[in-house]
Amino acid sequence: MAELKKDQFIIKGKDTVRMESISRPSLSFWQDAWRRLRKNKSAVVGLCIVVLYALLAIFAPIFSPYTQSEMDVSSQNAFISAAHWLGCDSTGRDLWTRIWMGARVSLSIGLISAVLNMCVGAVIGGLCGFYGGKLDMIVMRIVDLLYGIPSLIITILVMMVLGKGITPLIVAMCVVGWIGTCRFVRGEVYRIKEQDFVMAAKVLGVPDFTIIIRHIIPNILGMLITNLCMAIPGAIFQEAFLSYIGLGITPPDCSWGVICKEGIQFLRYYPHQILIPAFFVCTTMLALNLLGNGLRDAVDPKLRGTE
Amino acid sequence: MAKYILKRVVAAILTIWVLITIVFFLVRLMPGEPFTSAKLTPEVKANMEAYYGFDKPMIVQYGTYMANLLQGDFGYSMKYTNRTVNDLIGETFPYSADLGIRGLVMAVSIGLILGIISARNRGKKIDFFCVIVAVLGTSIPDFIMGAVLQYFFGIKWGLFPVARYEGIEYTILPAFALSFYTLASVSRIMRASMLEVTSQDYIKTARSKGVSELRITCKHQIRNAIMPVMTVMGPTVASVLTGTFVIESIFAIPGMGRHYVQSVSNNDYSMVLGMTVFYGIFLVLCNLIVDVLYGVADPRVRIGKK
Repeated sequence: MAELKKDQFIIKGKDTVRMESISRPSLSFWQDAWRRLRKNKSAVVGLCIVVLYALLAIFAPIFSPYTQSEMDVSSQNAFISAAHWLGCDSTGRDLWTRIWMGARVSLSIGLISAVLNMCVGAVIGGLCGFYGGKLDMIVMRIVDLLYGIPSLIITILVMMVLGKGITPLIVAMCVVGWIGTCRFVRGEVYRIKEQDFVMAAKVLGVPDFTIIIRHIIPNILGMLITNLCMAIPGAIFQEAFLSYIGLGITPPDCSWGVICKEGIQFLRYYPHQILIPAFFVCTTMLALNLLGNGLRDAVDPKLRGTE
Repeated sequence: MAKYILKRVVAAILTIWVLITIVFFLVRLMPGEPFTSAKLTPEVKANMEAYYGFDKPMIVQYGTYMANLLQGDFGYSMKYTNRTVNDLIGETFPYSADLGIRGLVMAVSIGLILGIISARNRGKKIDFFCVIVAVLGTSIPDFIMGAVLQYFFGIKWGLFPVARYEGIEYTILPAFALSFYTLASVSRIMRASMLEVTSQDYIKTARSKGVSELRITCKHQIRNAIMPVMTVMGPTVASVLTGTFVIESIFAIPGMGRHYVQSVSNNDYSMVLGMTVFYGIFLVLCNLIVDVLYGVADPRVRIGKK
């Protein structure tokens, strides 16, 4: 073995600059989630479909030569053609226009009622989880009771009291819709509240409000957004169901539920009147479900592949 | 155990009472009157209102209704003269129950099988297929499923009868349309919980002891993985039941769901009230049974905090 001499070695010392330098840009939680989401093919497809449909719902009726309620006797039950891209319904209304006008109503009802449910549920659940005590006990007793009652029955009855239309529909869906979010947020807040960083903030004298805004909300936001994305198809589903049984949207307004209801009557002779709207309803639900699954995996990688 | 069951029963009774109360007052708040025929003179109308007890104060009506209900009397229908709500429920509920049970059995059995197959073959083609079925199932509303099935299998290919409910071949399409959504969610939950169970220590122990794969799946995996499926059985029964509303009207089945929807649009107060209360009690009881069974199957539930 060759002899090692001291002068063969050079003391390079610590390169403090390189040690401390960050070789890759640091990613915030959301950048990281977005990166994971982009890698998920089905979620990207879902996102594209949702964006495409939203754009079509906004712009397609504007550029269409027809209106949603304009009847044309000569083209009753017309099949797909150059003039009517998706054919016409039994009173000669252009289906392409009607579907996108319906999409405006259906998608906005889905979004608004899901967001409202989430906000109400998150505030009540958050307060209960954070402060606990008597308030928590009372609210949770009420929530447990309401949870046992089939929500659709209450929604139907509230619709009957409030009358038909878009606003009553949203209100009716929110009467019991917040309960799920409330339970979930309460559980999460309760769990996070017990963790050390919240304790540290408390010891440092940070006011409750700041703790909630700075520490609790960012920790549950990912889950909340995922929940929201999963709740939208549910809300669209419910709207379509209520309109279908004649309680939701009524003409002249139209929604996907209304279009399907009208189309089903002519199933035997003019199947395109139900199959085409059905295609759009199903692809929307599918896209939102895929996006929701992708989001869940993106904000909480632990859950990936379990479902 | 007895304490746990007692607690659940008390909670269920309380829920039913709250439900009846909410429904009673909501129904009274509804706009529109049940007696709107132009032929009715004011006196006759007043007589009819007196007959049904609408002239008394609300709280008295509530008392009467509750007293009748305790004796199992749901009241009279206002549209179908001289018929009680009990009659109509008795006449239509068997159809709905038959359809519902078929749908439920189909959903749970096929859902479980798909979930198990899918988890056993994770990552393979068959798993992919099962996952696609599950995603599709949760994306297709039941009335669309019903219409599509009716069109292709009933009208276009003539494989099954299109409508009505007169024999076993009539039940297949509506039951499948009804079960598809639930089937999908059951298979998703089952798959997830099977996969979770697979990584548990007792499975590894069984495997290292040399127990055969089939035996591991049947004896260890499925028995443990089925618990989460049981928790969703309550909501599942509810979704199957409300599904009957539309499925019955699509396939022209003379069941209770169709009557319920008609009564809603007819402003038939006592009918809506009676049927809602009936549905509500039925569902709360289903939930109660599920809860109790869950407590029996999993001791942790009754000892645990909740």
